[in-house]
Amino acid sequence: MAEALRKDFKIIGTRPVRPDGIPKVTGTAKFGADFSLPGTLFGKILRSPHAHARIRKIDTSKAAALPGVKAVITGADFPEQKNEFIGPERTAVNFWYMTRNIMAREKALYEGHAVAAVAASSPEIAEKAARLIEIDYEVLPHVIDVDAAMAPDAPLLFEDMTTRGVEPAPTRPTNVSKRLEFKLGDVEKGFADADIVLEKTYKTEAVHQGYIETHACLARYDADGQGELWSSSQGHFVVRNLTAKLLGMRLNDLKVNPAEIGGGFGGKTVVYLEPVAMLLSKKAGHPVRLAMTRAEVFKASGPTSGASITLKIGIKKDGTIIAGDAALRYQAGAVPGSPVMNGCLCIFACYAIPNQRAIGYDVVSNRPKVAAYRAPGSGIAAFAVESTLDILAKQIGMDPIELRLKNATRIGAPMLGGGKMSHEGFVQTLQAIRNHPAYSAPLGPNQGRGVASGYWFNGGGESGASVYVNADGTVVVSTGSPDIGGSRASMAMMAAETLGIPYDQVRAGVSDTTTVAYTHLTAGSRVTFATGLAVVGATNKVIEDLRARAAKIWGVDIEAVDWVDGCAKPSSSNVGKFEALTLKQLAAQASATGGPIGAAHAVNAAKQAPGFSTQLCDIEVDPETGRATVLRFVVAQDAGRAIHRSYVEGQMQGGAVQGIGWALNEEYIYDEKGRLANAGFLDYRMPVASDLPMIETVVVEVPNNDHPFGVKGVGEVNIVPTMAAVANAITAATGKRMSALPMSPPRLLEALGRPGKEV
Amino acid sequence: MSSLQYATPASVQEAVALLAKAEGKARILAGGTDLLVQMRAGMVDPALIVDIKKIPGLRTVTREGGGYRIGAAVAGAELSDRADISKDWPGVVEAFDLIGSTQIQGRASLGGNLCNASPAADSVPALVAAGAKATVAGPGGTRIVPVEEIPTGPGRTSLKPGEFIVDFVLPAKAAGTGDAYLRLIPRTEMDIAVVGVGVCLTLDAAGVCTAARVALGAVAPTVLLVPDAAKALVGSRLDEAALQKLDAAAQAACRPINDKRGTIAYRTKVAGVLARRAALIAADRARTN
Repeated sequence: MAEALRKDFKIIGTRPVRPDGIPKVTGTAKFGADFSLPGTLFGKILRSPHAHARIRKIDTSKAAALPGVKAVITGADFPEQKNEFIGPERTAVNFWYMTRNIMAREKALYEGHAVAAVAASSPEIAEKAARLIEIDYEVLPHVIDVDAAMAPDAPLLFEDMTTRGVEPAPTRPTNVSKRLEFKLGDVEKGFADADIVLEKTYKTEAVHQGYIETHACLARYDADGQGELWSSSQGHFVVRNLTAKLLGMRLNDLKVNPAEIGGGFGGKTVVYLEPVAMLLSKKAGHPVRLAMTRAEVFKASGPTSGASITLKIGIKKDGTIIAGDAALRYQAGAVPGSPVMNGCLCIFACYAIPNQRAIGYDVVSNRPKVAAYRAPGSGIAAFAVESTLDILAKQIGMDPIELRLKNATRIGAPMLGGGKMSHEGFVQTLQAIRNHPAYSAPLGPNQGRGVASGYWFNGGGESGASVYVNADGTVVVSTGSPDIGGSRASMAMMAAETLGIPYDQVRAGVSDTTTVAYTHLTAGSRVTFATGLAVVGATNKVIEDLRARAAKIWGVDIEAVDWVDGCAKPSSSNVGKFEALTLKQLAAQASATGGPIGAAHAVNAAKQAPGFSTQLCDIEVDPETGRATVLRFVVAQDAGRAIHRSYVEGQMQGGAVQGIGWALNEEYIYDEKGRLANAGFLDYRMPVASDLPMIETVVVEVPNNDHPFGVKGVGEVNIVPTMAAVANAITAATGKRMSALPMSPPRLLEALGRPGKEV
Repeated sequence: MSSLQYATPASVQEAVALLAKAEGKARILAGGTDLLVQMRAGMVDPALIVDIKKIPGLRTVTREGGGYRIGAAVAGAELSDRADISKDWPGVVEAFDLIGSTQIQGRASLGGNLCNASPAADSVPALVAAGAKATVAGPGGTRIVPVEEIPTGPGRTSLKPGEFIVDFVLPAKAAGTGDAYLRLIPRTEMDIAVVGVGVCLTLDAAGVCTAARVALGAVAPTVLLVPDAAKALVGSRLDEAALQKLDAAAQAACRPINDKRGTIAYRTKVAGVLARRAALIAADRARTN
């Protein structure tokens, strides 16, 4: 599409005021916990105090008998599901496991695992009733660490689980749910031809997205079998589909209303409370509200995997990377489904390496089931590969950006898992950092500089939108994408640019599951790309209609009418002498020319372009305490084309900040009984504003020719390089190589005590 | 849920009487920044809350004999606002100021920080180093207790049933005296000390240390006053050798635990580092005083 190459945009690339700003700062915006209906009951979930226990018996009779208690449910109240993995392999789901994660059946698999739930007329009664539920647990040995869970004598979460993806199919039960292998070329030959071969093992801890809004919903199940939900999520259509499937409802029996969302970062792409609240409501005959506490969020929602990666890279003295071999072991949490396949496919994706192999292991252990977190799986892999490349660059005496440029993937480079790289953008992010003044700025004592890069697929997929023209000439845009990163603004901007009208004439909103076509998650950096395509598609249909209305008024063919700068104009002087008709004029006459003007459009968008980012970190490490301070941080990222520039920069800054927290201090800490020791923001140490410098951004724009404005997703790749950039900076500052996250002061001080200089 | 009574006594005697009657089921409310959180977390379930803020003197700071009498319920922000005490006892004021956020600073009190009896309480090592004494009122009358004798273990104090802290006395500061408090947290704020160190020392005209008090936080069940660490400084000009001795003495006094906030090895080593650094800051202040 030639449109992508245009540069004379009026609205695209500007920074208009966000439409959701005032409700949010004045407190009128409604989040998941802000909904109520007459007669609403208060729900409470009883959770396992044990990391691993067989549930011998649940007695709910005392709870049910408590005055004010309207419903009590356990896992047995949910319909059984088939034990099969469905959907594309990379995002496959298994409802047999999902229903057991939402409420335990045979076993409690982690501390905080939901075991029963009550609905009562007050929160106090609900609390008291939950305490009256008697559960006979047989406490079992537990396993937390991913390597320990893979050991042959590890306690088994599922006594009949065998590893998928191994031929012939093994019979011995294990915690390894799946093995994956991807190959290109001949890695053994590649290592034989290499001048230097470096093998190293890296470890990362589980980290939580840390969204401020805890999970919350309101559910109503009516006597006629119709259900309605109000919930904060990254996709109310997905909430509808999952809830319906888990409860055996038809899709049109369940309406889901999107709430404002106080952060998701991937963690709100699944359901925890919605099916429970709906089932409670069904049983109680009243609406039921459920909300998690912060501790429940840490213990029972989905952090991302902790992992262990062994990586071997072979390189020539001239800097040519000739072979890469990785074994990636990712925690899935209590049921299968880690992002290890993403890790496998992303680990070498920045580089054109002739011989590659990645083997992935999806491993269950007694932790909450992982959920998506910003480019899930890729940042963990990048920590390994980008740290190793930093070491190799030093070993061959090459500038780290030069090394990456020399091996950078290009259009046509074959990729693990099949297919070829089809987009540019990576080289430009490397150049942006190399040309940035920060790259050559002087450093003081105990300070160091690191760089790292990252890759993310980005997503496309299904989206729906509608565009309506009001009688006063204003325009309403509706989509099915919850607005997390500013999509209402960017959708309005794309519609306004397409129509040729001012931004403030367009208002964009998010519609419920009954008023717009199925729209997949706000995830995978897909919304500006895919939902943007749906909005532009609907807008183009509206323009077609507007041209038809003008043609009707003028008595000419539609082909004789052009749409230019927000007006219908004769396409040439041969058409006749007609005054241009503005959108406002056409809207005012809509009744007379055919009725309301509007159109809906739905897409299954393909041809999204991947995301690339290269980052620079300057850090200072206190040599006596091991405390690291980030002094300067620069993010270069290919946005294709920035629609709302501030939102794009905000995504880049946000990803880097989350990555800095992951790198330095965030971790799930378990005690010897397998209980989470730091289930709160005091001891789960996310960075606070004063910990960070202003994150500098360089928006690289290499347009995606398969989007009308050149958009590439920007939400996720910005976290991918960060952990390695911080680690590489720490090595430069201290002469010690940190191969495990987090690089917290105790760990760093211990490393500083090691003899010798490391690279 | 049990019923909860709330009282605002107007005098020390009235408060003592209420506490005595409650037979250990009462909790003192000053700022409430620990109490309310503990109640919401279900850690404590008091039958009576005795709000001491209405008692005369509990929220005032007065000069007394060259020193200061600070009401037990004076908020952090109120103390930081005082130019005189900030100049005389900067270590105490900066330690108190590190607790929590701006919002917490509007409520948090020295009495609460001490009686919560966390080994990691920020204001306590600074108060101990400064030689502060607490006025304790109770059924048996009033007694004066050195701050370091109040906490006896995590969450436990030497206060007897019915007793509470009325105020603190910071002594008149000798010429050439300076104090400082440093803590290590992985973040820059909104965190709990992994290690905290308060140092107060006096230098003579020749720059020789004539007196010192060194207190360590978060490295033992209670805040520790470390006489050996003080001895390392007294008689020295805080030269490298003296600082190394201080470092070693501080480390030797540590009896920390491994937990989610830090390891034994880390806390011990950093206690020595912070002791040296705090001593140098205190000495700078002593010289310019």
